[in-house]
Amino acid sequence: MALKIVKGSIDRMFDKNLQDLVRGIRNHKEDEAKYISTCIDEIKQELKQDNIAVKANAVCKLTYLQMLGYDISWAAFNIVEVMSSSKFTYKRIGYLAASQCFHEGTDVIMLTTNQIRKDLSSPNQYDTGVALTGLSCFVTPDLARDLANDIMTLMSHTKPYIRKKAVLIMYKVFLKYPESLRPAFPRLKEKLEDPDPGVQSAAVNVICELARRNPKNYLSLAPLFFKLMTSSTNNWVLIKIIKLFGALTPLEPRLGKKLIEPLTNLIHSRLVITLHRASVEKNVCLIGLVLPIVCVCVCVSNAVLISLSSGMPNHSASIQLCVQKLRILIEDSDQNLKYLGLLAMSKILKTHPKSVQSHKDLILQCLDDKDESIRLRALDLLYGMVSKKNLMEIVKKLMLHVDKAEGTTYRDELLTKIIDICSQSNYQYITNFEWYISILVELTRLEGTRHGHLIASQMLDVAIRVKAIRGFAVAQMAMLLDSGHLLTGNMQRNGICEVLYAAAWICGEFSEHLDDPMQTLEAMLRPKVASLPGHIQAVYVQNAAKLFATVLQKHEGATDSQAAQDTSQLLIERLPLFVQSANLEVQERASCILQLVKYIQKLQQKDVEVAEEVSALFAGELNPVAPKAQKKVPVPEGLDLDAWINEPPSESESEDEKPKAVFAKEEPKQSRARHIEVDEKELARRREARKQEQANNPFYIKSSPSSQKVYQDAPGVEHIPVVQIDLSVPLKVPGMPMSEQYLKLEEERRQKERADKKKKDKKKKKREKRGKGKRDDSGPESEEDITPAHQVDIVTEEMPENALPSDDDDKDPNDPHKALDIDLDKYVPSAENTLHKVTVCMLHAEKQGDLSITRHFLV
Amino acid sequence: MQFMLLFSRQGKLRLQKWYVPLSDKEKKKITRELVQTVLARKPKMCSFLEWRDLKIVYKRYASLYFCCAIEDQDNELITLEIIHRYVELLDKYFGSVCELDIIFNFEKAYFILDEFLLGGEAQETSKKNVLKAIEQADLLQEVSHHEGSRFVD
Repeated sequence: MALKIVKGSIDRMFDKNLQDLVRGIRNHKEDEAKYISTCIDEIKQELKQDNIAVKANAVCKLTYLQMLGYDISWAAFNIVEVMSSSKFTYKRIGYLAASQCFHEGTDVIMLTTNQIRKDLSSPNQYDTGVALTGLSCFVTPDLARDLANDIMTLMSHTKPYIRKKAVLIMYKVFLKYPESLRPAFPRLKEKLEDPDPGVQSAAVNVICELARRNPKNYLSLAPLFFKLMTSSTNNWVLIKIIKLFGALTPLEPRLGKKLIEPLTNLIHSRLVITLHRASVEKNVCLIGLVLPIVCVCVCVSNAVLISLSSGMPNHSASIQLCVQKLRILIEDSDQNLKYLGLLAMSKILKTHPKSVQSHKDLILQCLDDKDESIRLRALDLLYGMVSKKNLMEIVKKLMLHVDKAEGTTYRDELLTKIIDICSQSNYQYITNFEWYISILVELTRLEGTRHGHLIASQMLDVAIRVKAIRGFAVAQMAMLLDSGHLLTGNMQRNGICEVLYAAAWICGEFSEHLDDPMQTLEAMLRPKVASLPGHIQAVYVQNAAKLFATVLQKHEGATDSQAAQDTSQLLIERLPLFVQSANLEVQERASCILQLVKYIQKLQQKDVEVAEEVSALFAGELNPVAPKAQKKVPVPEGLDLDAWINEPPSESESEDEKPKAVFAKEEPKQSRARHIEVDEKELARRREARKQEQANNPFYIKSSPSSQKVYQDAPGVEHIPVVQIDLSVPLKVPGMPMSEQYLKLEEERRQKERADKKKKDKKKKKREKRGKGKRDDSGPESEEDITPAHQVDIVTEEMPENALPSDDDDKDPNDPHKALDIDLDKYVPSAENTLHKVTVCMLHAEKQGDLSITRHFLV
Repeated sequence: MQFMLLFSRQGKLRLQKWYVPLSDKEKKKITRELVQTVLARKPKMCSFLEWRDLKIVYKRYASLYFCCAIEDQDNELITLEIIHRYVELLDKYFGSVCELDIIFNFEKAYFILDEFLLGGEAQETSKKNVLKAIEQADLLQEVSHHEGSRFVD
């Protein structure tokens, strides 16, 4: 026995401690993995020992290995053992390891609950501290529920060290267990006035985070925060409070008015000094005030604008002030300041575009910056700064960048931005769609982009919606189909070959505009096409059929029936390649069409006219459908979607499921309670669940006949009366047109318009205002004066009758902050009456059927 | 804050602190990608970048990169300040801290971080208080260590 002990201690002398481990790893750079696996074996041995010091050492080493990337979850139980040691050193190591590797899936977390509870009530504040710190990293809903009350009591601990930690950890607890918010909130409010500044700022932090997500519940605290803001000198706290006000002001306009005064003071006093000092001292923290102040100013002036129609003179001044300061930031040579200036500007842009537009030159300069983040920010800003006038030149600049850009992510970003800018609000800013199509075609020359589908969808969109442009678009697409380089480009999904998808479809659908459908048909059926991705080939095949119909129409009736027969022959020769394709869709379509063409050929040989019937295959226009149209289809009269289709299952089945719930403690109680409930509630709940399921199930066939209406022409489409346009651009453009010539043409056109208008105006003026002297009317052209070059006949998306567009189904149902959205004013604060509080909590807990908390109070 | 990573110029991880629960695999993936992205940036570039749906704030001190991930609404400059504060704390504690200090005393680095940040928020903005708390905890450790410094319990 004694020998064992001695042997044990000798072994322990040779244990590696952390330093040895680190040194060892650094010395074994070549065979690190092998060395580490030997170490892990040693650690496993050490963990089997009884000695807690040895275990703690082992766990410490494991933590280090975890940081290097090795998984240590197999040692979870040992970590819990070490956590439960009474010595602070080992406890600390245990908690550290736990905070690094425990997560919600760790089974042994349940074992820690009591240990943590003991530590929380320990007389040693550092024990408590370390427990709180560790807990914050791995708190789970169960832990939160069980420990919420202990932590709440700790908020009123005598030592501020503990109070601080307890306040901060409550935020995590709230996230995991939202029901704890209501009882904890009064105490939290008290902490805002805690004498210790650390606790105070912790409370401010927590409330700010909570209020950011659910601001309306915290409006009542506004006066308190106002007082804090004006009295506090701690910058960190100030920043948080200002951020909080940023969230509150949209809801309470009077608050906005009150804030303007102190905020303007702040800006003047702090910012002027800070910006000056910053470049000298780089005191970043003070500059950190900028962003939240800007946000608040924006909200404030917004709120004020809404509440007072006769604007206050001050608010626009404060916005101007902000924008001025931001300009100084952006012009600074420090990259960080530039970035932040741009960021803040984009926030202002959303509500006050005019004040930002004057700085367009600066933004365009930033586009040339070497730093990618800054360029991206500038791009974002541009998005809001476009107008009909400058869209073309901005896009031209961006295209230059696209050519110069290194790195495909940036190029992709540019591409997306260009398309976003152009397609904003239903193409509001585009005056010349031919120019836009040529831009899209130029973009197809980009290699290696992941956004081929974007370009493709844009082409499709424009071609469908803007009827006047179809001829031009079709000509362009035909050229694209002919061009070899796209076929040899990369074939990955979403690569640039997606454009061919759009090209083929457009040519097929609007084939009446094609000059030489035979040529295009031939291009579509080349053998090389078979190397494209499956979905593109399918479109090719389908549209080849459409083109075939057009060709037949063209040639039949004329004496040129040979051409028609040649076409059929061509199809019969080329389609078998597609019939053998590996892709199901392609195969299916190709074989259908092949058969069809064979029949047609037979008919042709008998000299029967088939063109009409073949065209009838593709008759009818396809209009775009709104994305939420299906949901808005009204349920017709007399149809009850909730009626059972079959007999409901009998009650005896639900009885059989009871025995399975034996092992969970709370479940039997709940299921018993449910049986006592009236049956109707159960049915109502099931009905709701079923409705939800049906709404989400794409295969569920709704029996309403009105769903057919959605796909037809008539309702919901607004036609702007077509005005005769005089096109200054010839429709047939040889070769690929450069978009620059459009720029020039556009300029000429606008000048011409302006000249015409001036002549008209002068005549009017001479008639009306004689003797009043010439008035200068050549001010900046307003947006409405610029008439688009082509009549934009934008077909709006179809919706079922009387359906309203709504946007409220996008919220994420799993957001924990949604659960925290409770009205705190309803809860009656009674800090003095603890008995009342206890009763309320008990009732609250009982209502939930949660036994553990009630038990807690009885202890 | 969602997480904080410290890594060297060669991409070796020196410290990682996660304030959101994630599985091990995800953590490793995020770490790998982020380290690559940050190391690829040139020295003159600004300290902020957007990555996935988070904002990343990073700063290089000697051979170590301090990198924090914050949410959209959080203030970037405050995060820079937090990083700076942390470095100052380490400096005060270790006395002219260098990367080796953090390598060999990584658990102390963690303890200091834990005193400074809790749940991703700044706990204590006064440097003095943080250092005082750490010193006291250390003393406590020394005392208990002294008492229990036998091999066999």
